[in-house]
Amino acid sequence: MTAISDREKLSYIAAQAADARLNLELETEGMTLNLGPQHPATHGTLRIIAKLDGEQVISAEPVMGYMHRGYEKLAEVRTYPQVTALVNRIDWVGSFANEVPFILAAEKLMEVEAPPRAQWIRTTLFEMSRVANISLFLGDMALQLGATTPAFFAFRDREHVLNQIEAVTGGRFHPNFDRIGGLKDDLPAGWITETKRAMRKMRQFCEEMEQLVLGNEIFAARSRGIGVIPADIGLSYGLSGANIRSSGVDWDSRRDNPCGLVHSELDWKVWTHPDGDSFARFWVRLQEVRESTKMIDQLLDGLPSGPIMAKVPRIIKVPAGEAYVETENPLGVMGYYVISKGDLVPYRVKIRSASFSNISITPWLLQGVYVPDIITILASLYFILGDIDR
Amino acid sequence: MSSTDTPTDSEEEAAVDHARNDLVARLTAHLGEGFIESHLVAGDDLCVRVSRDSWVGAAEFTKTGLGFGYFSFLSGIDWMPSPFGRDMDAQVDLQLDGSDDSPSADEGDTDHSTIDSGVAGGDTRFQVFARLNDVVNGLGITFKVDIPDNDLSVPSWVGVYPGANWHERECWEMYGIEFTGHPGLRHLYLPGEFEGNPLRKDYPLLARRMKPWPGIVDVEQMPDDDAPTADPAEAGDNNGGEE
Amino acid sequence: MIDATLLFGELAYWQQTSLRVVGGLTAVLLIAGTLVYVHLFKLVSFMQSRLGPMEAGPFGSLQLLAEVGKFLQKEDIFPRKADKFVFAAAPFVVLMSTFLLVVVVPGGPDAWFIDSDIGVYLAMAVSSISVIGILMAGWGSASKYSLLGGLRATGQLIAYELPLILAVVGVVIQAGTMNMQLIVYAQADGAIFGWGGIGNPYILTQGVGFLLFMIAMQAELTQTPFDMPIAESELVTGYMTEYSGMRFLLFFIGEFATAGVFSAIAAVLFLGGWYIPGIDPDDNIMNVLGPIVMLTKIVGLTFLVFWFRFTFPRFREDQLQKLAWKVLIPLALANIMVTGILKVAF
Repeated sequence: MTAISDREKLSYIAAQAADARLNLELETEGMTLNLGPQHPATHGTLRIIAKLDGEQVISAEPVMGYMHRGYEKLAEVRTYPQVTALVNRIDWVGSFANEVPFILAAEKLMEVEAPPRAQWIRTTLFEMSRVANISLFLGDMALQLGATTPAFFAFRDREHVLNQIEAVTGGRFHPNFDRIGGLKDDLPAGWITETKRAMRKMRQFCEEMEQLVLGNEIFAARSRGIGVIPADIGLSYGLSGANIRSSGVDWDSRRDNPCGLVHSELDWKVWTHPDGDSFARFWVRLQEVRESTKMIDQLLDGLPSGPIMAKVPRIIKVPAGEAYVETENPLGVMGYYVISKGDLVPYRVKIRSASFSNISITPWLLQGVYVPDIITILASLYFILGDIDR
Repeated sequence: MSSTDTPTDSEEEAAVDHARNDLVARLTAHLGEGFIESHLVAGDDLCVRVSRDSWVGAAEFTKTGLGFGYFSFLSGIDWMPSPFGRDMDAQVDLQLDGSDDSPSADEGDTDHSTIDSGVAGGDTRFQVFARLNDVVNGLGITFKVDIPDNDLSVPSWVGVYPGANWHERECWEMYGIEFTGHPGLRHLYLPGEFEGNPLRKDYPLLARRMKPWPGIVDVEQMPDDDAPTADPAEAGDNNGGEE
Repeated sequence: MIDATLLFGELAYWQQTSLRVVGGLTAVLLIAGTLVYVHLFKLVSFMQSRLGPMEAGPFGSLQLLAEVGKFLQKEDIFPRKADKFVFAAAPFVVLMSTFLLVVVVPGGPDAWFIDSDIGVYLAMAVSSISVIGILMAGWGSASKYSLLGGLRATGQLIAYELPLILAVVGVVIQAGTMNMQLIVYAQADGAIFGWGGIGNPYILTQGVGFLLFMIAMQAELTQTPFDMPIAESELVTGYMTEYSGMRFLLFFIGEFATAGVFSAIAAVLFLGGWYIPGIDPDDNIMNVLGPIVMLTKIVGLTFLVFWFRFTFPRFREDQLQKLAWKVLIPLALANIMVTGILKVAF
């Protein structure tokens, strides 16, 4: 893992500057290119209006809202378990992770704590959703850059994880398994062994990706030095998750702010990278997937026995108050600010979704880059439309 | 949070209390009159309400002076109770409202006529709240500010935290709150000619207007016990309503 | 065996020409069809751990016919602002260069279309025509994506023609002739340090040239890693975006036909063409075996092309140009120099 050399950085900047000078001398007219909403590169209906000068971007502005479903308004007329089902669909690739902060906020307001077994299983499923989500990213970023094959390997190997999630929750993509006070059901027989096997396969997949994609010189040439985000600017834009960790910021909510999940009882490592470019973001996520598979193994080994559900009333009325819980979701830091007035339904739920803040940096980041680099940068920032649009 | 080790916990809590108390003290010192109220949950969270004039000053001080470089989110709250009620008017809900099942029946405010603000108080219908994090120490602060009804505007944070740009645009389109000094307030999610501010309580949720809430289905009287292991709480956990 | 040459020589010129045309069409389309099935449907599927088309015909072998049928019955869409003539003519221009290219490839001692003393030169000249076709497609589509794709393609194809031609010059120097048939004979009759067992395929002495030719060919075919003009994740399909139905099919077939024909030329120049060691090159049986041998070599070379296509990510345009101008062309010039010196010295 070598940082890009200063010479490479300078040569890229020099090339951009030369192009800009040439465009100025030739007095070329800019062209407005519309990427999307239907486009193979954007993961869903994101539209980017890019003003180009030749192949250089003068300004790029994302237009979103094609998938805005009005979650915050809907949450005001739904009971807490119904909001849980609704919230699954924000980040639909790693969807168990969406439920967790909401349930934790509601549990905080009710002053109820899930029994240890439920907490451990919750953490296991949380990490599995991370593995499912980020393995998609690993295949997808290679696909955006032109290599079609790693994407197929990613989908093939994700199936193992999704099958395991389905075995316990009944849903591959929308588990809807978390409940206030615990979980809906206990694990089926034989699940632990199967999941460990699935995690072994995921580790093999990570090695494959490392050799096939990270080790590829073309991939490195396309992603090193592209889309460098300095740490302080990233923080002030609200970048989170692997995006900010690959700029060198050592911040992980699982370690620093564990509330409700049991990451503090595991032996694991937070991965950071100093460069802050697209290559670093890919690298950090790859290491995180591997780390998650090891965490899942530890979790399954240390699973305590006991009840799955704390004593909560059948009809859940959450006492008045406000609570904010944020967790380290696969896409970044996701938080729910739940304001309750002691009713069956929340009074106001503010959903802090990770991709919304991650993409807010693109107008600043995409200035002056080449058109292919727009794709590289967007692919490396990794967003899910449901997370941006809520 | 588990309280299995009480001595370490209270030590920890006291330590973290220190950090948050320290934050409150320094904010009070810096903002003076701008600092209106604070709500501190020991070991957990901190919420501070400031005046509108010191909204930006609080942000600047928190970023540079207190080291909170991470901008988490900014949004609004509408404290007016919805004139449409809770939109849950099925028979079964009125039954449940008056039932003794809920442990907090007396805490819940079922009186829908007054504006009742949450933690750290509030005097107005609208509030803007924002959250900042300190990634080094793992702390977070929620800031709230009152927006007077006759002048729905508040200074923008874009100069301090560029990430506030999109959040303020969303807050503007959803609540109608102006952010003075924002480089370009325009629609984020909604199409260009959209009229109205959807997240306000008096903006109806059309789906519920057109089709009334059918109520929580499948609430049957369970046989004797509520033992959680035998029977996890199932109230309304099947998706009975429309999305 | 019937002496086909004598029979052929007795036909009138227009009959000879029509036979040549039919033969050329068959050759190109047959090669294209084989390549599409073997590589695009099956090879890539197996690489990506899936099976590929299995329904149409045994093991999906008739899938291409099904696809042709599907494309034929599609609506012919013209973008409103498109320049009608340019838009319509572009696929034909690209295909025309392919068909003209196959004319110089020999299939056997007597199975050739033309026996020209400037065969190599003709091939290289004609292969440049496709650039115009792509530019016409990009411009005539009246779409920004297509325009970007067409412009990128022009820059790339012109840049990579040079290594292509320079790599071939080395072979010409070594063989001493530009006639494709004579190059095959030169390799068949040659010897490696005195041992004439497998002749002297020029891949051994012109290894650098072969490498350059393959890389340049990959770029000329706009295959990944050089597929910036198509760049599916950015430009949808680049210059082909606005084409649908039959016109798209023409581009599609053209892509694979060109791959096949370029590989045929590479096989002739570097692998000995239709010659297989063990059979006398002048034997009449080679007129039948020759095309089969050529097909095998074509499939082998295109295997390399498509293998790389489905493995590597793509270069950015400026990296692509840097590779051509700063690495490949100096290497090709050095190759020519060394070949010339060695030719004169030995």
